[in-house]
Amino acid sequence: MDQHRPALVRSATFAIPIAFFALFFLYPLVTILLTALGSTANLKQAWAGLTAPVMGDVLWFSVWQAVASTALVMLVAVPGAWVLARFRFPGRSLIEALSVVAFVMPTVVVAAAVTALLGPTGPLRWLVGSHADHGIGAILLAHVYFETAIVLRMVSTYWAQLDTRLEQAAATLGASPWRIFRSVTLPRLRPVLLASASIVFLFTFTSFGIILLLGGPGQVNLEVEIQQQVLFLFNLPTGAALSIVQIIVVVLLLLVSSRLSGRLTPERSQVATPRRPHTTRQHIAVGGFIVGGLALLLLPPLMVVLQAFNTGDGWGWTNFQSLSTSHQGSVLFVPPGQAIGNSLIYACTATVIAIVIGGLVAVGITRTSIRPAVEGVWLLPLGVSAVTLGFGILIAFDSGALAWRGSFWMVPIAQALVAIPFVTRALVPALRAVSPSLRAAAACLGASPLQVFRLIDLPLIWRALVMSAAFAFAISLGEFGATVFVANSDRPTIPVAIYRLLSTPGTANQGQAMALAAILMAMTAAVVLLTERFRLPEQRHV
Amino acid sequence: MSDVQLRDVSVAYDDVVAVREVNLIVPAGQVAAVLGPSGCGKSSLLRAVAGIEPTTSGQILINGEDQARVPTHRRSVGLMFQDHALFPHLSVGENVAFGLRMAGQSDEQIAQRTRQLLELVGLADRTDARPHELSGGQAQRVALARTLAPSPRVICLDEPMGSLDRVLRRDLIELLQAAFATEHSTVLYVSHDRDEAFALAHTVSVMRDGRIVQTGTGDELMNHPVDEWVSDFLS
Repeated sequence: MDQHRPALVRSATFAIPIAFFALFFLYPLVTILLTALGSTANLKQAWAGLTAPVMGDVLWFSVWQAVASTALVMLVAVPGAWVLARFRFPGRSLIEALSVVAFVMPTVVVAAAVTALLGPTGPLRWLVGSHADHGIGAILLAHVYFETAIVLRMVSTYWAQLDTRLEQAAATLGASPWRIFRSVTLPRLRPVLLASASIVFLFTFTSFGIILLLGGPGQVNLEVEIQQQVLFLFNLPTGAALSIVQIIVVVLLLLVSSRLSGRLTPERSQVATPRRPHTTRQHIAVGGFIVGGLALLLLPPLMVVLQAFNTGDGWGWTNFQSLSTSHQGSVLFVPPGQAIGNSLIYACTATVIAIVIGGLVAVGITRTSIRPAVEGVWLLPLGVSAVTLGFGILIAFDSGALAWRGSFWMVPIAQALVAIPFVTRALVPALRAVSPSLRAAAACLGASPLQVFRLIDLPLIWRALVMSAAFAFAISLGEFGATVFVANSDRPTIPVAIYRLLSTPGTANQGQAMALAAILMAMTAAVVLLTERFRLPEQRHV
Repeated sequence: MSDVQLRDVSVAYDDVVAVREVNLIVPAGQVAAVLGPSGCGKSSLLRAVAGIEPTTSGQILINGEDQARVPTHRRSVGLMFQDHALFPHLSVGENVAFGLRMAGQSDEQIAQRTRQLLELVGLADRTDARPHELSGGQAQRVALARTLAPSPRVICLDEPMGSLDRVLRRDLIELLQAAFATEHSTVLYVSHDRDEAFALAHTVSVMRDGRIVQTGTGDELMNHPVDEWVSDFLS
């Protein structure tokens, strides 16, 4: 029967990603399991590590900083989402674009920015009092900068689709604005508020770079503890046991958040188009949003740029010029400038891998009648934290037949694993939007399955493909959690170099770190803003 | 010119049997219509002939050759879709040329054949238009031109009049009659409209719940319906 051939193509589409995930995702996870539980000695060591008194503090800090961050992010983002959903104003698209940039901004850059903002000479020094620049204030500020974007997007899109006539009806019945918000609007926003809050909690709970660089003494979460146990104490069983705890917590959180997002069915009955603000109150709200939004989104990048050009006794290019030299006593074995080349090569390779594997997964998902539950399996790497991925790859490919740890490929593969879920998530809806009858029509006209993909699917998903490639590139470029485990010390990426420079005192190191952060930031922003541009015509078209 | 034979063809989706042991012969150069209410399985039958839907049993023969192992893109069965299925990213001309390109024809041949067909359907002046700029009737005619262009061995039409109003229907019936005559096509035509089927087809088969209950010319069906259901359906 003629369906044998498509079946063959289908299984090939799945075989490559399955092999990839089995080797670079499952095998490292199994290695982690075995490291913790594989032998009595390991088990004893892991148990001793897990039950050490400090672990209680680590778990407590992981949870409470995530709760505090989530609460603060929601407090900042929800009023902003209301303004975005209901009003039209100048600067709107600028704020939206900047918030996308914030979302993909590398963690080490944000850490550098917050260090500069809250540091001894920073403009926001007063916020944290006489305290050092490291501490919970810095962590919260960094998380607010990162996570506000995602809540803004999710909540404002949903809010814009709520039927405004219900509020109008409540007003005619004599309800005050506050009363209307509490008893008419808020209950309907509940699903999206819960869903977005659970995502923010997930991201802040697994936060690594921010806590590593900004956390003060005793401010250590699970991720940082894993890294410390593995890279500094060489206590692999304890690191592995912590990773298992981490995976269990994250999978539980993912289940809760996908449950909550599943209920997101907006009303869509009468979508109110955003209008210009009318009343004084509305003007104040919108004005406050513009000023606050621009301050939050622009101040951190601005500080990085300022510090990059700050030579200590004036302004200039000294920090950038020093990147090409490897001076005595540096924490890096090579001139920091080399990290730029390394990062570019790694990120390009990772992008290609992520597009191929993530694309094949998306094609496989859309060409078979796969159930959504199974679909979720492919997104699992999103749930397993980058630190655990990096750690797993580090120990899985350490020795034996698969001793590839020192190979060039490990870094881009680790980065691709982090980026693949984003690629798949972007491509699945795009492929679903291609009507099956177009493919059938092309086949009837003599196009082979490959020709159908090249001539029909590819042109129709082109924009989504470019967008997801750009995101994969930006994510790989800034990836830190996995890379720090896998990167060879003589081939650091920009984020790894920034981390090493920032965690070493000395004005020269700090200056170089800021210069590298400015370069990384410019590269990330350029890629993301280019694709935002790319998306505009399509939106206008609709 | 090719002939089509269906022998005990069945098509099923999971547990639902859409086509049950259908036997049908379309002689070369003739037009056969399959007439039936919506959901009777007639679209599934066409999709099986084109190779888009696998058959669960039976044989589909074109020129006496079993098509079971021939994939859609090698069958040379043209299918005109109910929803047109015009490629949105290609112009009208490129849509019509698609099958010719797949057949590896030269640019010159492609240009000539495309122009000829667009003239046939009266859309020579819309060559560079995009599908979304066309009216429903125009899209229908582009879909027809695209289906005819590579001169497939068999042409399958799935409710081609679907969304058209009365006047456009009459125009399209005339256009189809002219096109089939000039192209000498073997045509399998699916419809739920009696007048349309009688106007275009040499023989008409009435389909009900996946089975063909009667085959004959329009007169035979009208004068000697096999049962009350056929008589009701045709009246």
